[in-house]
Amino acid sequence: MIPRIYIPGDSGALALGAEKVAKTIAKELAERGIEAKIVRNGSRGAYFLEPMVEVATAEGRVAYGPVKPSDVKSLFDSGFLKGGHHKRWLGAPDKIPFLAKQTRLTFARCGINDPLSLDAYKSLGGLKGLQNAVAMAPLDIVKQVTESGLRGRGGAGFPTGIKWKTVLDTAGDRKYIVCNADEGDSATFADRMIMEGDPFVLIEGMAIAGIATGATKGFVYIRSEYPHAVATMNRAVQVARKAGVLGTNVLGSPNAFDMEIRVGAGAYVCGEETSLLNSLEGKRGVVRAKPPLPAIQGLFGKPTVINNVISLASVPIIMDKGAAFYKDYGMGRSRGTIPIQIAGNVKHGGLFEAAFGMTLGEIVDEIGGGTATGRPVKAVQVGGPLGAYFPRALFDTPFDYEAFAAKDGLIGHAGITVFDDTADMLKQARFAMEFCAIESCGKCTPCRIGSTRGVETIDRLAAGIEPEKNLALVTDLCNTMKFGSLCALGGFTPYPVMSSITHFPEDFKPAPARVAAE
Amino acid sequence: MTMQPASTEIASRTAAIVQELKDLEGPLLPILHGIQEEFGHVPHDALPVIADGLNLSRAEVHGVVTFYHDFRAKPAGRHVLKLCQAEACQSMGSDAVAAKIKQLLGIGFHETTRDGSVTLEPVYCLGLCACSPSAMLDGEVIGRLDDEKIEEIVAEVRS
Repeated sequence: MIPRIYIPGDSGALALGAEKVAKTIAKELAERGIEAKIVRNGSRGAYFLEPMVEVATAEGRVAYGPVKPSDVKSLFDSGFLKGGHHKRWLGAPDKIPFLAKQTRLTFARCGINDPLSLDAYKSLGGLKGLQNAVAMAPLDIVKQVTESGLRGRGGAGFPTGIKWKTVLDTAGDRKYIVCNADEGDSATFADRMIMEGDPFVLIEGMAIAGIATGATKGFVYIRSEYPHAVATMNRAVQVARKAGVLGTNVLGSPNAFDMEIRVGAGAYVCGEETSLLNSLEGKRGVVRAKPPLPAIQGLFGKPTVINNVISLASVPIIMDKGAAFYKDYGMGRSRGTIPIQIAGNVKHGGLFEAAFGMTLGEIVDEIGGGTATGRPVKAVQVGGPLGAYFPRALFDTPFDYEAFAAKDGLIGHAGITVFDDTADMLKQARFAMEFCAIESCGKCTPCRIGSTRGVETIDRLAAGIEPEKNLALVTDLCNTMKFGSLCALGGFTPYPVMSSITHFPEDFKPAPARVAAE
Repeated sequence: MTMQPASTEIASRTAAIVQELKDLEGPLLPILHGIQEEFGHVPHDALPVIADGLNLSRAEVHGVVTFYHDFRAKPAGRHVLKLCQAEACQSMGSDAVAAKIKQLLGIGFHETTRDGSVTLEPVYCLGLCACSPSAMLDGEVIGRLDDEKIEEIVAEVRS
């Protein structure tokens, strides 16, 4: 058997030099006259170990990382093709603590094999869910997804099965499945990782959604900042079509389902579902008022399921192993697993899929290992640019939709950004307003005007101008934005702003006092 | 510097792209991406051709083009450098990285160097948040920017 070397082609790994490592390994193989196959897999998500190179040995996979091009010669000298010891040696990848501690359901296959090999996908349980689904009545599929307790992983947490039921019950000559892959929140990369590392699981999930609701056409709307995900998804759709996973007879059944990959154009607000639908239709990505719900009048006015990548990618395992299996994980009304993305100033950054219920402190301190700079953690922003900043005092909050809401926060798309004690929370609050101003679609006044006035008011605070009055003004403005905006952009921008003010009041003291305090 | 194509040439090349893509459901964004790929920007002279091909008003097409950050009205430099300025990168010092690059290149965000070698843009998240601070140079991703990588980038865009 010729040796197999796995070098990730995931953008995170590429950003850390995986391409140079792959080229150096190929060159070294040629120079030494060794025959070996290089497989470009996805990433397993332990980015602090990327580029993580794996070799298949008689005893199973052995990982090395983070590998630099300068390590390659010595890796060969240490006999890494047989799992030999080296300073970058990590042992069996699934025994690496960061990976061993996870519960991988949605990401079970991500990063293990060539993402475009349908055979590899099937060898690890792929397509079983779809096979079950094609033999079931649509209502039974919807029931199974509903019973699993799966809620929208994009951030809103709406029960997926209930959304599907509305589309199933709504008559339409044409229905659509739209996958929201406009993953614009800072600290999030789960959608990108699965599209680059296990694209067939998303395709399978969308096909199941189509069969369950009577939709025959799907769109994946991917942000333009993800060129690698776009390329992988396009190629995976072609492979799936050729293999009969997509087409007029899905897996040989009478069900038709096909899909297209579409690319966004750099507008953050298009991650909001109605704005995304307008963008897909070729319009300005302006938010639509609800009702009508997209499930009733969505894309081109037709009944439409619009779900996040991770929601759809979690469906195959539910249809394979059953609702009870999935529901068994989690806490309270948050069932199943959630891919937590640990980002920013953190020692062990990466994707950590776990059942709901871990505390924020466990995630940041134990899994994340504290800050990368080694300084104390000051704040953690949970849920992207629209999520609240949590201080250490709230580290006992369990990762659960309701628990975060109870502490005036949100889990959103489950990205967390760690900041050390050099962070200036006034600056972060100002950025939240500034970002909202840059990205506002302009439809509603609280968001469009409020964000700009918010920046100006925080600037006055920073300059020490009438601090009490301006602090009251920001608070009042946040209240207007929260309750008066049409969508989550204007409506949730108050979360990072108000949480900064509430939990870090010392950073909002007038400038002279701040200087004196230092 | 690349020569600006004549308006008749823009019209004919635009018409070909419109013809190829207009039967898609919701064809405008794919067409605009196609045009930007063809010309490096969305030329003003392309708008009436698109409007005509899709039976839209020029105002509607103009409204869509200007809504999205990606579409440029003018050509960019030979290289396009995007620096992530979102929270995860902020936590790892993206402000300082941006300041250093701006100083080395002598331009600010949304500007192109006088010799047309590089355009500098902010980007709000590249999904490389566990490898911050990050950047994208001509579509290639770069993570954990440090002084050494910054120098490499600057040398590359100037060459």
